[in-house]
Parts: sequence; structure tokens; C-alpha cells
Amino acid sequence: MMDTAMISWTAFEPILPEILLVCIALAVIGLDLFAEKQRQLLPWLTVLGCVTVLGMVAGVQNGSAFNGMFLTDSYASFFKIICLLGVIMTALMSEHSRRVEGEMQGEYYGLMLFSAVGMLIMASAGDLMILYLGLELMALSVYCLVGMHKNDPRTSEAAMKYFLMGGFASAILLFGMSLVYGLTGTTNIAKIGAITASGELLHNPALMAALGLMIVAFCFKVAVAPFHFWVPDVYEGAPTPITAFMSVGPKAAGFAVFGRVLMSGFPQFNDQWGTLLAVLALLTMAIGNITALSQRSIKRMLAYSAIAHAGYALLGILSGTAEGLSATMSYLLIYGFMNMGAFAVLILLSAPGNRHESLDDYKGLAKTNPVAAILMLIFMFSLTGIPPTAGFIGKFYLLKAALAAGYTMTVIGAVIFSAISAYFYLRVVRYMYMSEPQEQLDISYSPGISAVLGLALLGVIGLGLLPGAMIGRAASVLLGQ
Amino acid sequence: MSVPLLSTLIFFPVIGALSLLLVDGKEVRTIRVMALIISLIELLLALPLWFLFDKSTYLMQFTEQHAWIPALNINYSLGIDGISILFILLSALITTLSILVSWESIRTKVKEFFIAVLLLEGAMIGVFCALDFFLFYIFWEAMLIPMFLIIGIWGGPNRIYATVKFFLYTLIGSLLMLIGIITLYAQGGHTFDILKLAEQTFPIKLQMMLFWAFFAAFAVKVPMWPVHTWLPDAHTEAPTAGSVILAGILIKMGAYGFLRFSMPILPDATQAMMIPMIVLSLIGIIYGGVICLAQTDLKRLIAYSSVSHMGFVTLGLYALNPQSVEGGILQMINHGVVTGALFLCIGMVYERTHTRVIADYGGLATTMPVFASFFLLFTLASVGLPGTNGFIGEFLILLGSFITRPWIAVFAATGLILGAWYMLWLYQRLFFNAVNDKVLNLPELNRREIITLVPMVLLIFWIGLYPNALLSFMHESVTHLLNQVYGTPEAISQVSTLIMR
Repeated sequence: MMDTAMISWTAFEPILPEILLVCIALAVIGLDLFAEKQRQLLPWLTVLGCVTVLGMVAGVQNGSAFNGMFLTDSYASFFKIICLLGVIMTALMSEHSRRVEGEMQGEYYGLMLFSAVGMLIMASAGDLMILYLGLELMALSVYCLVGMHKNDPRTSEAAMKYFLMGGFASAILLFGMSLVYGLTGTTNIAKIGAITASGELLHNPALMAALGLMIVAFCFKVAVAPFHFWVPDVYEGAPTPITAFMSVGPKAAGFAVFGRVLMSGFPQFNDQWGTLLAVLALLTMAIGNITALSQRSIKRMLAYSAIAHAGYALLGILSGTAEGLSATMSYLLIYGFMNMGAFAVLILLSAPGNRHESLDDYKGLAKTNPVAAILMLIFMFSLTGIPPTAGFIGKFYLLKAALAAGYTMTVIGAVIFSAISAYFYLRVVRYMYMSEPQEQLDISYSPGISAVLGLALLGVIGLGLLPGAMIGRAASVLLGQ
Repeated sequence: MSVPLLSTLIFFPVIGALSLLLVDGKEVRTIRVMALIISLIELLLALPLWFLFDKSTYLMQFTEQHAWIPALNINYSLGIDGISILFILLSALITTLSILVSWESIRTKVKEFFIAVLLLEGAMIGVFCALDFFLFYIFWEAMLIPMFLIIGIWGGPNRIYATVKFFLYTLIGSLLMLIGIITLYAQGGHTFDILKLAEQTFPIKLQMMLFWAFFAAFAVKVPMWPVHTWLPDAHTEAPTAGSVILAGILIKMGAYGFLRFSMPILPDATQAMMIPMIVLSLIGIIYGGVICLAQTDLKRLIAYSSVSHMGFVTLGLYALNPQSVEGGILQMINHGVVTGALFLCIGMVYERTHTRVIADYGGLATTMPVFASFFLLFTLASVGLPGTNGFIGEFLILLGSFITRPWIAVFAATGLILGAWYMLWLYQRLFFNAVNDKVLNLPELNRREIITLVPMVLLIFWIGLYPNALLSFMHESVTHLLNQVYGTPEAISQVSTLIMR
């Protein structure tokens, strides 16, 4: 009996960051319950916790726990860094906007941290079960976060839509996973990879179906067309910090499992899924960029831009090479900074009675609020992908990886759509700088929002001018090591 | 340890621009003076290049190299040869002059304007210094941001249409070039080093593909017919400083791109595409000239004349013999000086009248005689009167292209005649005839304006009377370039003996 009860504590070492994050989440909820007067500390506690976890993730040894179910390889830690940065910036933004809107602080930050735990687990998942566990933990928390303003019909609708569509996608994912299990007899991704690579399942239609189902579910999670229909409504309806959060954290986590399952579970089928994803990527870029052209609300425009950027990020995955993966990873990190920055400006401008999300509200912003305008300008140019901002570095790396893998036509398509995207990103700049202001917007910089803007600016300019370290780290990433 | 002169030249204006951020936006005078001082220091910093440059070699000089993105073998690598040095000096000069001319004409968002101009200067100089294709692309695209703002914020009534058109045209071209650059990297041994890429031979099929990819970016920038349509709008709507920089530097970069990238890296494709490129240039020359005759807008006329003149430049480059290429490069400088000066003049008179319609003028020679003399000089230089710089450039191009194929020179000469026609006719309509009421009591040029124009006049005569001052810089580099295109030194000497006969 003693033998089975013996627990090797060192086995827990790889998941210490996740455990700590759960503790912080519980502490946040506890603080909210028992120390009502100290609620303004919650965002800072969240940030502090995430920074600590970030440090732990960066320092954690490469290895695996629980018989390869949980992997702490360099791949996982890169994605964890992206997700945690996303949470940190969201919490800082929320410090600003919750101060304005403020209900249910504890639940808000608690759920955000739980979803972060889910994302970290997804990034580390070496097993389909763990993957699903992380995915659901993340998704359920985000469903609630989207519907946080329960009195606002817009957010309730968004939450409902997101929940229904998300549940549907999860079911499809489970269906695909169960087929894979039936065919291979294992849920361990690396073992699945070994079995599929052996070639006996090469022409098995059931395996193809399973792969297809899983790809559909992942495409849903990362907002790839034609599974993107939930995105505009949910992004527009959700509280703005949560929209920013969704476009960075869950998306990065989604790409983490997307890449790992395809690259380490089905490397043999690269030709099949590569071609499929190339078509989907082009479709995504087309729909995202072309629909964004006609949006009058900046928030909705950014939602379509998020779809388009999912298409770009897919370029790395579909090339099926190590370089492609590192390109996607670098891109998601960069995208995190620039998109968070853009949303932070959006939050900065929103006032209690009026969210100021229309393009017209940005007219003449350069005159009334020059600092906000110049920041928005930098983020917009970065989203367009103009050097010397980081957006260019990310896009360049993706194009390079996809070209090296031989997807020339896809790359040409990507380039054309990214030129189209210049039109609507620059329209924001045009409105800010080349139109007369309509009304005076009073904005105040809280410490949180200033920190996000500073961080995003640092990321966009810093990674644009000195991307060497980031690309070096991304390029050295290996699955399972 | 030597001073990293080129890095200093690139980043000094950038740091200057950032330091302007610290100044209160209402201190307009301080901002103007600071911007002017920064640009003057930059000009002084650029002068050592002129004196320290070794004209006896085609090798890159003042080189700097640092690892930048080691994982992708991307380096921060700079260096200049006899071709790029001239453009760096020209950039520094033109920026200073455009700051001077914006002294009073820019009244809103003054601080932002000068920041944009200085950032643009840094990027422009970077383009001419970069020896790494990736670095080049960064500078090349980075220029778009300040230029987009300069046209869009401080431009004329139709500025937004013009600036968006400019941006999208250039962006699409550049992105196609980016695909070419990446392909080159993949096929050329994973390097972005321009010199290493030029040493390799690529299969002709790949060369042709890359040629068109580069063509997309460079031809739009030049602009060559038929992708020139952004230029008249951008030139017309841009504020004076914007037009001057566009005409003086930005559109030279397209031709510089052909020289620096297309020709040495893709020699076979260059030879194969010689005649098509020449034909496109000739169409540009004649088309631009004819369109000029129909213009009623002052700036638009000069803009179309740029299309025509830049046609001469690309003609010179693609006639592919030493005379024509040197003539082409010289003509790039000349066009920068002369058209820049013409835009300066138009800006000065526009500040007084606020109209660009040619019919609103007439008899300016009586009201503004000094201005009329300056304008006459620039007009004659533009037409290519012997003694002015325009003559040298055009003569070399005609000579070179005659040697390549006599019929080319015939068509090109037609362009010269058209040039004389529209420019002299313009001069007549502006300065002679009866005095138009609208220009009756215009004040004469003030001292600042005269100071702005004098350097241009000096340059026109200096180059016109002693062209060797500039040509001596480029001999070695051009010879080397043509060696790269033709493959062997013998081939080039054959072309040269042909010229001697």
C-alpha cells in the first residue's frame, strides 16, 4: 500500500507555475469576498501573480510530467509567455475600465486567471485529454467573462453566441479525438505521431475524418474562416478588455495546440493538411480584410482584423516546418503587443455613457489628444505591417517560412490582402490626423492603462528594431524538447 | 576606432526628431530653428564623405557591419560606393532646403511636420547606405509613414485621395519585391548581403521572375509609365517640402533600386529586358511630355515633366553602356536639383497667390523680377541648355543610347523638343503676357527664399560647367556595374571601343 501512496514531489515541478496561478486565482476571489475595501488591489495582485508565473515559466526546466501528458518544452514556454503577457496587459487595462464600470471585481480577475491556467495547460498538453481539459477550462472562463455585464443585452447575446458555438466546436473536437483514439489506441500526441508515421494508417478514411474534425474545431477556436462567424458579434459585444484578451491569449493557446497536434501528431499528413490550411488561410485573409473595409465601428473592424491576422498566423502552421512554427510564435507575440495597444487606446477613449467606438469619434484625435493619436498611429502601422514596427518583422518571418515551404501562391495572396488591409488601418490614421475634431474627448490616463500603452509601445518598437533575441529564441524552439 | 559615419548620418536626424518631441508645440520659432540647425549639422556631417571618399575603387567604403538578427543571417550592414554617395549628399541638401521653404508655409502642427521631415531624412539616407537587402527594405518602407503623413496632413484640398493612392501603390509594389527578396534569400545561400548575392549566378527563369518582382517596387517609385499615375496626384497635393523631397529624392530611389539590385544581381534578366525597358522609358518620355502640354495646373505640369525626365533616367540606365549609365545617374541628380528648385519656386509663389492654376498668372516678370530670373534659370536647366547641368545629363544619355541603338536617340530627342516646348510655353504664360490682376501687388522674394534658391543655382552651373566633379565619383562604380551585367571586363571594353570610334 505504501508504494502506491508514495508521491514523488519532484514530479510536480513542471506544473508548479500552473499550481501557483490557481492559488493566486483563489486568493483573488478570497480577497474579493473578505476584504471588500481592498478591491482596487485585485488587478495589481493579478498582474503581480502573472509576472511571478512568467518568471517561473521562463526558468522552468525542459521536461515532462505525468508520463508525457504534460510537456514543458521550449515550445510550450514560448506560448505561455505570450498568454501570460496577454493576461498581464488585460488586467492592467481592466484596472482602468473596471474603475469606470466596476462590478464583480473578484469574479472578473479570478475567471481571467483560471482561463490563464487553462491556456498554460493547453500550451503544455502532450495528451489529447489534457488538451481538452485545458481548452475547456479556458473556454468556460472566457464565456463567463464575455457575459460579465449581465445587464447589457449586447454582451449577453455575445456570451450566449460564443457559448453555443464554442460548445459545438468542443463537441466536434471530442468526436475527432475519439476517432483518433479508436484508430491508434492512445491519446498521447507523440505516440499518435509515431503510429501515424509508421504508414499503416496512411490511407485510412476514418483517420482523415478525425483529422478534419480536429482541424475544424481548432479553426473555430482561432477564428479561421469559414468558422469565424461568431467572432465579430462576440468581439463587439464583449467588454473591450475581454475582447483584447480573446484576440491574444485564447488565440495564442489555440494556435499552440493547433501546431502541436498537427506537427507532432500528424507530421506524415503534412501534404493534406498543409494544402487544406493554405486554402483556409487565403479565405480567412480575404474575408477578414475585405469585410473590415466597410466597418464603421473600430471595435468591429478590429474583430475582422483579428480574423485576418489568424489567416496570416496560419501561414506558419501550414508550412509544416520548424521555421513555420517559430514564425507563427513570433507573430503571435508581436500581434499580442500591437493588438493590445490598439484596444488600450479604444478603452482609453471610452467614457461611461458613450463607448466612442465609431470611426467618427476618432476624427481630429491628433488635435485633441495627440499622445493617444500617435500611439494609435504606431499600432495601426504595425498592424498593417510597415517597418520599422514589429508587425513587419512578424509578417516577414511568416512569408519567409511559407515561401520556403513552397506555398508561393498563398504568399502572393497574403501580400495582396495585406496591401488591402492598409486601406482600413490607415483610415483610422486619416480620421485622427486629417479630419477636424467633432467633440472634445476628455481622457484620463490611469496607471494601468499607461502601463499597457507603454508595454505595447515598447513591444512594437523594440521588437521592430531589435527582433534578434525573440527570433533567435523562437527559431531554436523544438517540439518536445 | 573609426567613427561610424553612415550610422551617424542615418540616426542623427532621427535623434533630432525625437528631441523635437520635447519642445512645446507652441514654440513654433524654436522648433523651426532647431529643425534647421539639425538639418544643417546633418549636411556638415555628410561633407566628410565627399572629401574622404576614395574615387579609385568600386569597393564599398565607410562600411559598417553588425549582426542584427543572427537566426536569419540578417546584418546591419552599411556602405557606399560612387553611386550612392551622391544621393546621400543630395538628400542632406534637399532636406535642408525643404525645411527652409516650409518656414512660413507650414502653420499647423509645425512640430509634427518637422519631426516627419527629419524622420524621412534618416530613412532616405538609410536606403542609400544599406548593403543588406532586408535592412534596405526596412528603410524603404519606413519612408512611407512620414511621407504619407506629410502629404495627408499638410497637403492641398485633395490630399487624402492623393496620399492613400501614393501609399497603396507603393505598398503593393514593395510587398511584391519582398516576395522577391525572400525568394532570393532562399535560392542565394540564405543571405541578404547584396554584394554576396551579386556574385552568384541564378538561372534565367528565376532571374526573370525576380526582375518583375523588383520591377513592381522600383518602377512604381520611379515612376515609369504605366504605373506613374500616383505621381501627379501626390506631387500636386503635397506641401512644397513634400513635393521637393518627392521629386528630389524619393523617386530617385526607384532608379537607384534598378542600379543597386536589379542590374548586378540579375544581369541576364537585365540584358534580356533591355529593349522592353527602353521602350517603356521612351513611352514615358514622350507621353509625359505630351501630357504636360495639356496641363492647366502648375504643379501637375511639373509632376508630369518628372515622368518624362525620369524616363530619360531609366533610358540611360537600361541603354547599358558607360556613357548612358553615367548620364542616367547624373540626370537623377540633375532632376533632383532642377525639379526640386522648380517646386521650391512654385511653393514660394503659391504662398503669395494660393492658386496653382496657370491661367491665374501672367506678367510675373514685371511684379517679381528676381523671382523671374531664378525661374528662368531653372527652366533653362530643365530644358537642357548647354552650360547647365541638364545638358550634360541628357547629352550623355543620348550619346550612350545612340551607340546602343540609333533609333532610341531619335525618339528620346523628340522628348527633348517637347520638353523645351512645354517649359518655355509655361514660362511665357507665367511671366510674360499682360499682368494678371491676381498677381498685381505680389511682394518680391525675401532673403530667406533667395538663400533657399541660391544653392540650387550654384549646383546647376557647377555641374553644368564641370560635370567631372560628380562623374569622377561614379566612373569606377559604373564600370564595375557594367562588368557585372555583361559578365566579363572584355565585353565592356568592346562596348567602350565602339564609343571611341
